[in-house]
Amino acid sequence: MPTIVVEVMPKAEILDPQGKAVAGALVRLDKNEFTSVRIGKRFELTVEGPITDELLAEAREIANDLLANTVIEDVIYVGEARSADDAQGA
Amino acid sequence: MRIGVITFPGSLDDRDAQRAVKLGGGEPVALWHGDHDLKNVDAIVLPGGFSYGDYLRAGAIAAHSPIMSEVIAAANGGMPVLGICNGFQILVESHLLPGGLVRNDHGDFVCRDQKLRVENVDTAWSNGFKEDEEIIIPLKNGEGGYIADQATLDRLEGEGQVVFRYLEVNPNGSANDIAGISNARGNVVGLMPHPEHATEPGFGPDTRVAMRSGTDGLTFFTSAISSLMANA
Repeated sequence: MPTIVVEVMPKAEILDPQGKAVAGALVRLDKNEFTSVRIGKRFELTVEGPITDELLAEAREIANDLLANTVIEDVIYVGEARSADDAQGA
Repeated sequence: MRIGVITFPGSLDDRDAQRAVKLGGGEPVALWHGDHDLKNVDAIVLPGGFSYGDYLRAGAIAAHSPIMSEVIAAANGGMPVLGICNGFQILVESHLLPGGLVRNDHGDFVCRDQKLRVENVDTAWSNGFKEDEEIIIPLKNGEGGYIADQATLDRLEGEGQVVFRYLEVNPNGSANDIAGISNARGNVVGLMPHPEHATEPGFGPDTRVAMRSGTDGLTFFTSAISSLMANA
């Protein structure tokens, strides 16, 4: 099915306790080459027909109004799933 | 005075909030998230819990529920609105209050009797306190870290919109030890600690006087009623 992907990350200046916990695990595993970890979210929005500019505009709107809280997060990507196997449901 | 308490799917402390309204001398009115009806209430409490499972972000889905369009209009018209814990998260997600609430910096859920200082006694929900009064209110949250950009923090501090500040322990990594804030007008207040759990002797936090005797939370509700009386 055609899928639109929305990716959201916590703003750079905001503490990301989940990422910090994973970074701590990497240190304990001796993977010291990775100096920090930040965790974001990926939404996959499935549609029936082809992905049009109107659908992408609508996805951008819900990304900013609902999927992300732009006070604490940034929407970093809204677009068609980049390949057939890029979306879990595809 | 009729004080509405909204129940969302996943609200946990709505009945406690209704009871606190009654103990404070008001008439509690149950409101439902799916209605577009505030039932002629004079003030509104958004209670604690995990509305809609908090699946997207805490309070995010509730902020878009049907009754919130009426709540936002009423709040902008000056009606007293109190958001407790998840209710505070709903208020920031609705943009009725600035900033955001993120996972506690230490990553754990925290539950404790928390000392607070009341720093603004001119809001609808804090006018019964004395300036800089120290109170103890139960706190229980996993995502209670208050954050905002520096300009917003400076404005909140400069305009006296920090209403409650954590004392002794910052339990969740909140910026500037902020426990609760108000809008510029002072009718909308949100905080992470739970005043409705400190309203009845025998069921509140421990004090120096006796176990579970703390009732500092009652003043939130009597404050709202006296502010409504003053404006009536």
